[in-house]
Amino acid sequence: MTVAAAAREAKPNGGSPPVLEVSNLVTRFATPEGEVCAVNDVSFAVAEGEAVGIVGESGSGKSQIFMSVMGLLASNGTASGSVRYRGAELLGLPTRLLNKIRGARMSMIFQDPMTSLNPYLKVSKQMTEVLVYHQKMGEAEALRRAVDMLDLVRIPEARRRIGMYPHEFSGGMRQRVMIAMALLCQPDLLIADEPTTALDVTVQAQIIDLLRDIKAELNTAIIMITHDLGVIAGISDRVLVMYAGRIVERGGVVDIFHDPQHPYTEGLLNSMPRIDSALVEDELISIPGQPPNLQSLPGGCSFEPRCRYRIDRCTLEAPELREIAGGRAKACHREALTPQAAVRA
Amino acid sequence: MAMTSAEAAPLLSVLDLKVHFDLRGGLLSQQRDTIKAIDGVSFDLAAGETLGVVGESGCGKSTLGRAVLQLIVPRSGQVVWMGDDLGQVGRRGMQARRAEMQIIFQDPLASLDPRMTVGDIIAEPLITHNPRMKREETRGRVRMWMERVGLTPEMVNRYPHEFSGGQAQRIGIARAMILEPKLIICDEPVSALDVSIQAQIINLLRKLQRDFGLSLIFISHDLSVVRHISNRVMVLYLGKVMEMADRDSLYAQPRHPYTRALISAVPIPDPVQERNKERIVLSGDLPSPIDPPSGCPFRTRCPVATAVCAQSMPALEAAAPGHVVACHNL
Repeated sequence: MTVAAAAREAKPNGGSPPVLEVSNLVTRFATPEGEVCAVNDVSFAVAEGEAVGIVGESGSGKSQIFMSVMGLLASNGTASGSVRYRGAELLGLPTRLLNKIRGARMSMIFQDPMTSLNPYLKVSKQMTEVLVYHQKMGEAEALRRAVDMLDLVRIPEARRRIGMYPHEFSGGMRQRVMIAMALLCQPDLLIADEPTTALDVTVQAQIIDLLRDIKAELNTAIIMITHDLGVIAGISDRVLVMYAGRIVERGGVVDIFHDPQHPYTEGLLNSMPRIDSALVEDELISIPGQPPNLQSLPGGCSFEPRCRYRIDRCTLEAPELREIAGGRAKACHREALTPQAAVRA
Repeated sequence: MAMTSAEAAPLLSVLDLKVHFDLRGGLLSQQRDTIKAIDGVSFDLAAGETLGVVGESGCGKSTLGRAVLQLIVPRSGQVVWMGDDLGQVGRRGMQARRAEMQIIFQDPLASLDPRMTVGDIIAEPLITHNPRMKREETRGRVRMWMERVGLTPEMVNRYPHEFSGGQAQRIGIARAMILEPKLIICDEPVSALDVSIQAQIINLLRKLQRDFGLSLIFISHDLSVVRHISNRVMVLYLGKVMEMADRDSLYAQPRHPYTRALISAVPIPDPVQERNKERIVLSGDLPSPIDPPSGCPFRTRCPVATAVCAQSMPALEAAAPGHVVACHNL
């Protein structure tokens, strides 16, 4: 039986609660300059086998949502609200119980594989450890499974290379090792935080391909956290756009890219030079101003100082995330973003 | 149309440039490895022109920029700046020319001295090159350049850590521009910036280029950004030029298999096009630059490699006017 088939059998049938359900999550950090709210009332769910893209710039809170979910917040951070894995509450769970889920039922990969791998241990040791701990497997069986996983992520000569140390792998191969490790216990959910940002573009294409295959073959739900809209476009079914700790837009991937409804989403798409445009743009349409400073957010909408559609109401009242047509949602007081609605160029 | 020789002469000519680094072996080892970071690169740059340099990590693109400025001494080859061979002008001669050629870096915060005020950082090149300039005039120029790059002059006494990444890159640009150079080497200047800020900085560089007739060497791994800003583009792989052409020619009709793969690997921010486009997915990673493949360095990942590719490095040959390619199998 292949790993893929084994993983499929291990899955329960549909009709169950979402794999991950985050409700009213608030994550705060105590800093010498005062309290910072990195994640502000965020709610979303991820269904089985679904790929959700989370896009936002530095400081948008996109990574801290999942550090909260995984119980990995820095010691000055606290999360409140609710995070449910298949209906079971994770927030506040003792580490002993949380460890039965994280790393096994849901696992996470990071931008820099070298900081997640132990440089002193052979890859074989780091991989089998997971299986011995979570699945009480014997060493020999664990090693066999680990080699299978390296094969699955297309590491050539897996049987030989599993005995190597992390530094003996290239950046792209290290990220494959990380993905293989994350998949060892056949998780329902793989959280990928900027997994290709440190990689070259040709290697990035290989890793994205691999993640797409994993989703298709193993039916693993994937959360892709990235600032790269191209990566989001390639892999996501649905997209959440984050700004200053809040979800500002939510929708299907085609809707978000072809018909953005929040001024920030529109601004992000406009500001990217496109390699596929027929004519090279004369000037890029940038978003004016600076990224938000979470320590001194404006009173109303956080995006208001940079927004070309702003009206008086935006400075007074922060918009709630509200449902709009097409199963979408946005946090904006304005309706259609037409050229006439823009108050400045 | 007749052109005088002064008009026709390029601002910068790089001829068969080689930059090699020796690596020492272990304590008792006699063996010396050599990294050929730049291995025979030639190009011309005209006044007001932007040359994009693309390639993946380890291809030598940053080394090329530093070698042009003589921040790294080349092993061989020539860098000719406005008619003078920079290898022959001596230390003082180079110092005078440094005012004409500046560089900005990827990580703007790391490249600014954290203990200097923004005003002092921007003024430093001016004071170095014009030690007799009156303080009032120096201050005036600092304020003017702060405004030109989009910083408010009131920030002059602040320290780098008080600035965001985008603002810090503006400081780096003001510092590079204050001597009104003819060339700026931009080494991944927007790679560390958020998408919305990238566009601001690219627009600023373009505006400065238009206003001052600047030439740019724009080094980046981002092929979309390079397409936007460049007149011509050079594709490097393990220290060698694989292809060089006018921007439109290179992107519309890439001829080298590596260029084709690079362009097809760029994710397009459109789910329909991204999922339906034809992609050339290369196998494997970049080979180690310490021990590059024989012949053409790309052959180990090349989808069209043949036996001849292992034997010799193909010469750069014209495939179309202004479009050169190094491939045995075109």
